[in-house]
Amino acid sequence: MGFFDKFKDKVSSAFGFDKLKDGLSKTRTSFVDKIQGVLGIGRKIDDSLINEIEDILISSDIGVSTTDQVIADIKLRVKKEGHEDSADVFNILKDELHKILLESPSANNDYDYSIDETKKPHCILIVGVNGVGKTTTIGKLAYNYRNAGKSVLIGAADTFRAAANEQLEIWAERAGVSIIQQKPGADPAAVAFDTLNSAISKNTDVVIIDTAGRLHNKGNLMAELEKINRVLKKVKDYAPNEVFLILDATTGQNAIQQAKEFMKVTNLTGIILTKLDGTAKGGVILPIANELKLPVRYIGVGEKIDDLQVFEPTAFIEALFNHE
Amino acid sequence: MFESLTEKLELALKRFRGQATITEDNIEEAMREIRRALLEADVNLNVARQFVENVKTKAIGTEVKGTLLPEQVIVKLVHSELVEIMGNKRADLVFSPHPPTVVLVAGLQGSGKTTFCAKLAKSLRKKGRQPLLVSCDVHRPAAIDQLKQLGQSAGLPVFAYDSTNPIKIATEAINYSKRFARDTVIIDTAGRLTIDEEMMKEVVEISDAVKPTETLFVVDAMIGQDAVTTAKAFHERLNLTGVILTKLDGDTRGGAALSVLSVVGKPIKYVGVGEKLDALEPFHPERIASRILGMGDILTLVEKAELEVDEKQAQKLEEKLRKNQFTFDDFLEQMRTIKKMGSIRDLLGMLPGMDKALKGVNVDEKNFSKVEAIVLSMTKSERNNPKILNGSRRKRIADGSGNTIQEVNRLLKQFEEMNKMMKNFARGNKMKLLQGLGMPKGFNR
Repeated sequence: MGFFDKFKDKVSSAFGFDKLKDGLSKTRTSFVDKIQGVLGIGRKIDDSLINEIEDILISSDIGVSTTDQVIADIKLRVKKEGHEDSADVFNILKDELHKILLESPSANNDYDYSIDETKKPHCILIVGVNGVGKTTTIGKLAYNYRNAGKSVLIGAADTFRAAANEQLEIWAERAGVSIIQQKPGADPAAVAFDTLNSAISKNTDVVIIDTAGRLHNKGNLMAELEKINRVLKKVKDYAPNEVFLILDATTGQNAIQQAKEFMKVTNLTGIILTKLDGTAKGGVILPIANELKLPVRYIGVGEKIDDLQVFEPTAFIEALFNHE
Repeated sequence: MFESLTEKLELALKRFRGQATITEDNIEEAMREIRRALLEADVNLNVARQFVENVKTKAIGTEVKGTLLPEQVIVKLVHSELVEIMGNKRADLVFSPHPPTVVLVAGLQGSGKTTFCAKLAKSLRKKGRQPLLVSCDVHRPAAIDQLKQLGQSAGLPVFAYDSTNPIKIATEAINYSKRFARDTVIIDTAGRLTIDEEMMKEVVEISDAVKPTETLFVVDAMIGQDAVTTAKAFHERLNLTGVILTKLDGDTRGGAALSVLSVVGKPIKYVGVGEKLDALEPFHPERIASRILGMGDILTLVEKAELEVDEKQAQKLEEKLRKNQFTFDDFLEQMRTIKKMGSIRDLLGMLPGMDKALKGVNVDEKNFSKVEAIVLSMTKSERNNPKILNGSRRKRIADGSGNTIQEVNRLLKQFEEMNKMMKNFARGNKMKLLQGLGMPKGFNR
């Protein structure tokens, strides 16, 4: 094994690159195969080729406006740089998509689950619409923090959904962390308040607060979220340190609307993209990075407790375009 | 529901305003916009393409006759094309002549299967059936608990069997239903990814064991272009009989509603429109098409009212209105009936043009309980004759219901206005009625 191979292996295992590639294999085959299929060998760069690429981008949930922008950039570069071979378009496309992700702040994600000791407990609020995988993600996130040597306390502020408490309890147990619960129907803000206070008295490092799934167009539920935020601030003026919006990778253009609405009531600091192990392309990451400049922080690539990874734009694009 | 698609389509169709005829030029331009609107609404690319092609072909051959305007002709064409791609007719749930009818429910994680199962059971019971719920989700933590709790909250029987084998649980549930005369068994299954071969095998095995009458695929209305891939994969393995669209109460653009049929060739049977167990509606392509084009959905509204309003009661009320004897007790009763019909926001949204008029308006359902408390703090004679409510009575009512005098006054004023409005309604003056509801003038053109 050559030096570079060894290096690649190291990088791969450090970043969980193989697993990401695994999880993304569906995306890769469909997206890349389609693109390659269109580009063919020795095809000329003309309008029909560009139109086909446009269609593929749209079918990957990249959205009309971001697609327009990418296509315009490709056209411009083809003209300016004088490309004639269709194979060049593949590289330009890859480059443009990469650029979008690098321009969003997710390029600076950290990997070691470190926290700011002066702003302890590190309080994370988890929000999202129904059924995106909030509870599961919390289990995984708690597990990762604990593996990084942090103590974790989970607050079960989803007091609405049937059996939400039980589900979270099982995940907390799997992650080996403690949990604060109240009766179903209790005030979620009160649960959040209790959790943060309890963490302070126990000197816990990380607090993760689950909330009920809420559709972003329901005013009263969004107001409830605002209240949770407010109550946390009362305990510690910097809390919550992070607010993560959980997005289902199968979601289409509605994801952008979700992000916009949640941004209105909370100070979103990032996105966790779940269910990337399915056939979903997760293409909606691109318009979100492009239009909202909201960083993707983690991705969920499976149902096991260690299936949450730090989002790594370069690896993501590499995996998306890697053709074996 | 569908707000943004409605808005965009309207914009595209506006192009025909003031045009004398439909020409290849103006249709070309409009169709490009419609295609874009559909794609932004997550309609499958091929479906969008076909849709636009069909409308265009039909439009070019259509003469604009008589008093019709080109805009109206195009709207009609778009409407009928929408109805077409959603399957034309309402498809009802099929029941087996040999009970129990088995309904197998499958789909991706988080699509809303468990909630749908409970909703379906509740709606079937309303129609006089004897449903039995059972969860075969042995994978997701607390999934079985969730269905149990949902069932309990609605007083619906949930079959419990202590096993980690979903096939065993399902077959035992069917045995149970035969013994205890439950005529419909609704089987909830674990969420699964189509590429998870093991899990797909499991659901096929459940299906083989229970031989379902209906196999329903539950899909989140917010799903993107992946809808097609996923629906196809489930259909290939399970031979679906219908599709359920959930979370349609989000500001979804509903692309999946338009795409799914053309992919699996199976109709959408129900749509989920809220978190409450009553928030399930039968899917009518015609009505949904009208909603998408901002024409409202009076039919569904009327049906909802029929479900909750008692005919005799309604007659009595009408009489009272005519004789000007509408009291606070009637008011309370009315309010409770409406509340049973669903969320006020959704109900109003079914009136033509209202969805748009209500955009961004927050209808606070909590006001209901406030009003209820105030009325309940009145004495019988006060409720029958609000005129006797003087200052000290108002103060007592305010204190008794935990509100301010201003709030009590506001309700009294509203009640008075409503009485006036009702009289208008009895005389059939619709415009005045809507203005009475606080709607801006001319919102429905």
